[in-house]
Amino acid sequence: MRAFAYLDHNATSPLRPAAFDAMVEALRAAGNPSSVHRSGRTARGIVDAARRQVATLAGALPREIVFTSGGTEANNMAIGGSGRGRVLVSAVEHDSVLRAAPDAELIPVCAEGVVDLGALERLLAASNEPALVSVMFANNETGVLQPIADVVRLARQAGALVHCDAVQGAGKVPVDLHGLGVDYLSLSAHKFGGPTGVGALVVRDGAPFASDRRGGGQESNRRAGTENVAGIAGFGAAAAAARDGLAVEGLRDRVEASLLAIAPGARVFGAGARRLGNTTCIAMPGVKAETQVMALDLANVCVSAGAACSSGKVQRSAVLRAMNVQDSEAATAIRISCGWNTESDDIERLIAAWQDLYIRVADSDLTRARAA
Amino acid sequence: MTAITQIRRNDQPIYLDYQATTPVDPRVLEAMMPYFTHKFGNPHSRSHSYGWEAEEAVEKARAQVAKLIGADEKEVIFTSGATESNNLAIRGVAEFYKDRKNHIVTTVTEHKCVLDTCRHLEQQGFEVTYLPVQKNGLIDLEVLRAAVTDKTVLVSIMAVNNEIGVIQPLAEIGKICREKKAFFHTDAAQAAGKIPLDVEAMNIDLMSISGHKIYGPKGIGALYVRRKPRIRLVPLIVGGGQERGFRSGTLPTPLCVGLGEAAEIAMKEMDAESKRLAKLQARMLKGLNAKLTDIHVNGDLEHRIPGNLNIGFAYVEGESLMMGIKGLSVSSGSACTSASLEPSYVLRALGVEEDMAHTSLRIGLGRFTTEHEVDTAVDELVHHVNKLRAMSPLWEMAQEGIDIKSIEWAAH
Repeated sequence: MRAFAYLDHNATSPLRPAAFDAMVEALRAAGNPSSVHRSGRTARGIVDAARRQVATLAGALPREIVFTSGGTEANNMAIGGSGRGRVLVSAVEHDSVLRAAPDAELIPVCAEGVVDLGALERLLAASNEPALVSVMFANNETGVLQPIADVVRLARQAGALVHCDAVQGAGKVPVDLHGLGVDYLSLSAHKFGGPTGVGALVVRDGAPFASDRRGGGQESNRRAGTENVAGIAGFGAAAAAARDGLAVEGLRDRVEASLLAIAPGARVFGAGARRLGNTTCIAMPGVKAETQVMALDLANVCVSAGAACSSGKVQRSAVLRAMNVQDSEAATAIRISCGWNTESDDIERLIAAWQDLYIRVADSDLTRARAA
Repeated sequence: MTAITQIRRNDQPIYLDYQATTPVDPRVLEAMMPYFTHKFGNPHSRSHSYGWEAEEAVEKARAQVAKLIGADEKEVIFTSGATESNNLAIRGVAEFYKDRKNHIVTTVTEHKCVLDTCRHLEQQGFEVTYLPVQKNGLIDLEVLRAAVTDKTVLVSIMAVNNEIGVIQPLAEIGKICREKKAFFHTDAAQAAGKIPLDVEAMNIDLMSISGHKIYGPKGIGALYVRRKPRIRLVPLIVGGGQERGFRSGTLPTPLCVGLGEAAEIAMKEMDAESKRLAKLQARMLKGLNAKLTDIHVNGDLEHRIPGNLNIGFAYVEGESLMMGIKGLSVSSGSACTSASLEPSYVLRALGVEEDMAHTSLRIGLGRFTTEHEVDTAVDELVHHVNKLRAMSPLWEMAQEGIDIKSIEWAAH
């Protein structure tokens, strides 16, 4: 049995062995891909091979892939690079989209966390200014999938461009740039078993794009800076290994069924929507998320109380707020996210630890009630 | 250390392009390894020990980088590399202070990412002064002093040039900037870990650092941002608010660890390594001078890092020479622009004439360069330069005492 049950893959996923091997090989090879001599050409070859692997994962052409330092940079680049002054974003987007478009108009979501298509249609009709619509593929906190094909259809009718942050979708379920019909797609390697520090913005051939990173002509003048060769190699290898997606729905369903049976008052957010097969966002009634996370950590189970980027700060989840979840209930929500190496032992350990905590809290409540 | 022999196999060319990139030092790779495998946490995850362990590693690396440049660790932010650091420093400062000051001073020999950023700011309404350099590649301090006005928000001058390796007088530049109340940014991608840098003694306010130029990994760099007095920046990448809000995005723990380790090793070995490289540099020059005439070192030889030579071989076409010396990996200039055949703008700025600029090679020596490699390189260069000169009518004319420049070529 492993020392820890790691169930926080939406924060970061451990590196897949194939990615590790590809990286070590690339780290041992010297060479700047822009150099014309042999070691430069070797490095260039590594980058090009990985570009094809990532393109295959994203249903794109290799020339449509622009490697970045990660999902955050890709999201920033899409918003800024589209050239559109008017931006519409869903209310449950990641901070790297929301902060990159501080003046954006928000598309509301329903109680299950799915964007309100009627509202999007009305927003699009309200102005003639050419817009960019940014809606994520899958939410990082709840795993709720967005109806991207419908978003694209409405956006096209209104002459708008579409960006899709697929950081939490790619490598878990099929994501297809041309199938979806979006103009820009953001990817991050470390969310599905590639390394941290590398991602990509996929820019559909013909979509407008202006880079704001200035310097050398790397990435066909779309992203200056010496390529993170080893990171890109690991990204490519992880993309190839993740091509079939994750098959963890069974594990997730067992988690949800067990936890709901233990605590009848518990609630899974977005349960009524189409969701990623790996993510559960669940509230244990009356027990603060921080308390749950700490208790689980002591039992060697790693989960989180929300997005990792903001998990240091004690603040309400903007995602749950947008879904109209009460403050008091949102404060009791934790995120459980499985990944490529999750085993049924991990799940059992989580369920047992969660049950222990629930019984302890229920007992002390009972004691307190008797004493009163 | 047996691992070092893995850097180059016998069938590979001799790597003499250490200003383009450097191999990852095996010790650096070793330090990075655990963070790829079992210590894989997200350093921003505060709820479990995987996250804490990663955060601790990132903070140790930050301190290692800070120590290399005499900074406080709170003043170091991680970026994806020196290009991003330079973009962030220049644009970030310019945009934050634009209501008060709108003038930037830089030099004509900066890296492309500095020049392109400055050109972009010009289009946005900023004024930019591009200082010339002297024949030796160094700026004239009096020209700098005259260029800085009360409208100057930032002076951006590189510490060490990437093509000719010359070291600018940082302390003197810092002093002028402080007197004139302009911020001083230096692109130290080629300098950090190679020459002593001290942000306090040199009055440096912002400094860009690259991982892969100092035997660390690609995809990581740092920007030093002074806290006292505090420098403010508009971030380029926004999101989760990591790196004190200056740079959002999940930090790549293994890459940060690699940069930190690379910085520590460079600092520890700087003195001995500089002496060793100076000997190799002298050996190479002596070897070439002994067997070839009409060669010329571009840029000041004294104020120069020992790991660089940039040599013009008169009457030889640089690209043909590069094609000939298949056993050596060298370049004709910056890697970013090495696929283009334009003569180097850095050499042009020194007043090197176009024909001579075309004959120049950048030779980078580094941590894994051996005496034997230097000797082999000298032999190979001599052989091919002689061969190309033997085929060159210009060389023949020069040997006959004809002044090539006096010839009026017929247009056709």
